[in-house]
Amino acid sequence: MYNSPYLRQNTSVRRVMTTVLVAMLPAIAVQSWLFGAALLVQIALASATALACEALMLALRGRPVAPALTDMSALVTAWLIAVCLPPLLPWWTTVLGTAFALIIGKHLYGGLGQNPFNPAMLAYALLIVSFPALMSQWPGLNVGDFATQMDWVFGGARALDGVTGATPMDALRTGLMTGSDTAAVMRSTAFGHVAGAGWEWVALAWGAGGLLLLALRIITWHVPVAFLAVMSLVSGIASLIDAAHYAGPALHLLAGGTMMGAFFIATDPVSGATTPRGKLIFAAGIALIAWLIRAFGAYPDGIAFAVLLMNICVPLIDMKTQPPVFGHKNGGAP
Amino acid sequence: MLRKLFSFNGGVKPDPNKGASTREPIARLPLPPQLIIPLHQHIGGTPRPLVKVGDRVLHGQRIGAADGNVSSAVHAPTSGTVVAIEPRLMPHASGLSSMAVVIEPDGQDQRIEREPFDWHAATPGEVRDYLRDAGVVGLGGAVFPSHLKLSPGKAGGTDTLVLNGAECEPFITCDDMLMRSEAEDILRGALVMQKMLAAKQVLVGVEDNKPEAAAALKAAAAALGHASLDVVVVPTRYPAGGAKQLIRVLTGIEVPHGSRSTDFGVQCFNVATALAVWNALEHGEPLTRRIVTVAGNVDRPRNFDVAIGTPIGFVFEHAGLKQDTDKLIMGGPMMGIPLPGVEAPVVKATNCLLASSPALFPPPEPELPCIRCGECARACPADLQPFELYWHSRARNFGRAQEYHLFDCIECGCCAYVCPSHIPLVDYYRYAKSEIWARERDKDAADSARERFEFRNWRAEREKEEKAAKLAARSAAKPAAKPAATDKSPAEGEAAATPAEDPKKALIEAAMARAKAQKEAVAAKNTDTLTPAQQAQVEAAEARRKLAADIVATGSGETTSETATADKPTE
Repeated sequence: MYNSPYLRQNTSVRRVMTTVLVAMLPAIAVQSWLFGAALLVQIALASATALACEALMLALRGRPVAPALTDMSALVTAWLIAVCLPPLLPWWTTVLGTAFALIIGKHLYGGLGQNPFNPAMLAYALLIVSFPALMSQWPGLNVGDFATQMDWVFGGARALDGVTGATPMDALRTGLMTGSDTAAVMRSTAFGHVAGAGWEWVALAWGAGGLLLLALRIITWHVPVAFLAVMSLVSGIASLIDAAHYAGPALHLLAGGTMMGAFFIATDPVSGATTPRGKLIFAAGIALIAWLIRAFGAYPDGIAFAVLLMNICVPLIDMKTQPPVFGHKNGGAP
Repeated sequence: MLRKLFSFNGGVKPDPNKGASTREPIARLPLPPQLIIPLHQHIGGTPRPLVKVGDRVLHGQRIGAADGNVSSAVHAPTSGTVVAIEPRLMPHASGLSSMAVVIEPDGQDQRIEREPFDWHAATPGEVRDYLRDAGVVGLGGAVFPSHLKLSPGKAGGTDTLVLNGAECEPFITCDDMLMRSEAEDILRGALVMQKMLAAKQVLVGVEDNKPEAAAALKAAAAALGHASLDVVVVPTRYPAGGAKQLIRVLTGIEVPHGSRSTDFGVQCFNVATALAVWNALEHGEPLTRRIVTVAGNVDRPRNFDVAIGTPIGFVFEHAGLKQDTDKLIMGGPMMGIPLPGVEAPVVKATNCLLASSPALFPPPEPELPCIRCGECARACPADLQPFELYWHSRARNFGRAQEYHLFDCIECGCCAYVCPSHIPLVDYYRYAKSEIWARERDKDAADSARERFEFRNWRAEREKEEKAAKLAARSAAKPAAKPAATDKSPAEGEAAATPAEDPKKALIEAAMARAKAQKEAVAAKNTDTLTPAQQAQVEAAEARRKLAADIVATGSGETTSETATADKPTE
């Protein structure tokens, strides 16, 4: 015996998660095309680790394994971790990060729907704090054939100095530290048109996938709009004040994790704010903190730390931004 | 005339499924072998039975009289014999029984002679009483006695009478078919209501998936030629037929939870109720029949004109219940209730009888954890955060659930409809609401029990002390009888009188202090309140000590210390 409603929309967590995976495909395809298929291997590694950890933790917790394994949420976490990491990372680093995200970040808090922190960002934060050197080895355009790349990932070969280049964010940081200015750094050949050779296309692909999520109503406009608007605003103001030391909005929007963060990370419903106003505050906070870390912090990109810091604020944000309920808006007046 | 329409947030658009039951016109269902007419079919008091077993009743005869003003009468739908007055299974999810008059029709359908009632000349109060005794209640599902909603209100009349013909639930078409065939009488009933409410305008709201009904109403409105009457087609979106949602769409007014729409100058009735009012006043027809949609897993889905009291199984027989039916529902698929059995009768609230099959309404998939996706919040027409209510209800954190406006929830089911985790959200809210009501009932019961107990103790003590005081007064009066001590007697008499009054006062004060202390100790459950309780105890002890000292008149300190030490362990 069950009660009304007897009608149910044809929807499920699996469908939602699968849609997110599909929306990630453009960016994954572009990045693999430009930077080599090592990314696909990393995604496979992360996926296998995530599913294994999910199954293990569910079994340890005495929960039914099959429904949770097929809800695709572990795969979303795995894919998001894999695309955040440099694709030539040694295999065990990816496995470690993914296992940490699933075991500590997700299941120790109670599993799906219970984690206060974005698991993918936890993994990224753990790895960049623990292995900053490994985490800065990003490949340049068309570096090495697939066999060479696999040797780096699985063989332990780390003579990467010739093949990896700085990401635009790294280049900017190093350039500014060596006394150059933003314009000079960005004129270098590795910098591409706006925000790093190749990486700007990856960023646009993330944007395209994000628009798909918006169109399919998986996410609402609040988070990406607030995120990108605040990122443009603060970087625009800073570059107007001192263009030599602060890059403009174009770089900040298309480099690093901005696009992915705005559409795929900050929109995570479990660890993010849920009310409309709360989402605006949450996303604006991430963009602001991320820019501060980029401009003044010790790390080249700050999306992960910004997300984790704002995750802490979510309960407060949600509590303080409850929308007025029906009839309580303006005393019921039309 | 183009009218500015408003919108409510949220809502869902399930497949209306209204085609099957609107192909054929309304059919009059024959009478069953037995009619089971529940006495209590509405909000308010249970009517008293006016007949006894063995009585012959006539069509339209009142068999249950309204119990007070917040109640409504019930009538026999045909002539026949009362064969039983006993509890029968009700069409309610609880599966409980309730008192019903069982009538065996004699097939003659002999009508009771109509008492003449000139409603044009009658006062509004008389018309309301007449409607109460004609058993007219809201036919949209809430079955609230209609006469109670038909006064102009305090604030000098109503602005708008909203007639609800939206019928937003999937499968249900009884109002649709009624509007198509009885549009003119529906509007005549509405005009009577408008007059009683002193309303400036009548707005009839019809969802745009019922073009035939809207056209019929518009034609009827044109024929009646009332400028204040407007048929408004509203967009189809569940739950646009909720009274508050329809009022919002038509007038822009949002009636908050806990307020009445009349506070905002709006009153809302279902279209079928307007027809019932008209039939009662113009034709002297009490409410003994209603239109019921039979749909879902049946061979011949259709609307039937059914005598109230007809067993549900009898209705389904005429529509041809399919073999694989697994459940019967009264109402629509969004808010309907599961029926406990086919013996339960059709009542005034029965707008739809829906047969369910695993193919039509598949059982929900296993419940997964909430991922806070917010779909429910986007679908909620009451602008609630359903997932927050779910968290707090699930955690039995009912206070927080109430802070998140649990009682603003109208249980429309939109949240559960869209939930990707297949959580039966409405069940959690029903559970939380019933728990809160149960706790409030328990608390009220405990409060009154404690008050009774305290009063009883206080009275017993007072009687004891009064007796003691009388005794003391008598013994003090004895020496006064001696003639030698005449000059002393007034003083002694006074001394005797004062304690007699004083202890009374002191006792009352002590009792009140104790009651207050106990109340505080119960209200706040921490050790801080021990101090006032102790103080009250000390005060009470002192009052008793003073009394004892006065009565015994020894005035020694020993008694005091004794009383004090004797009192201490009682804490």
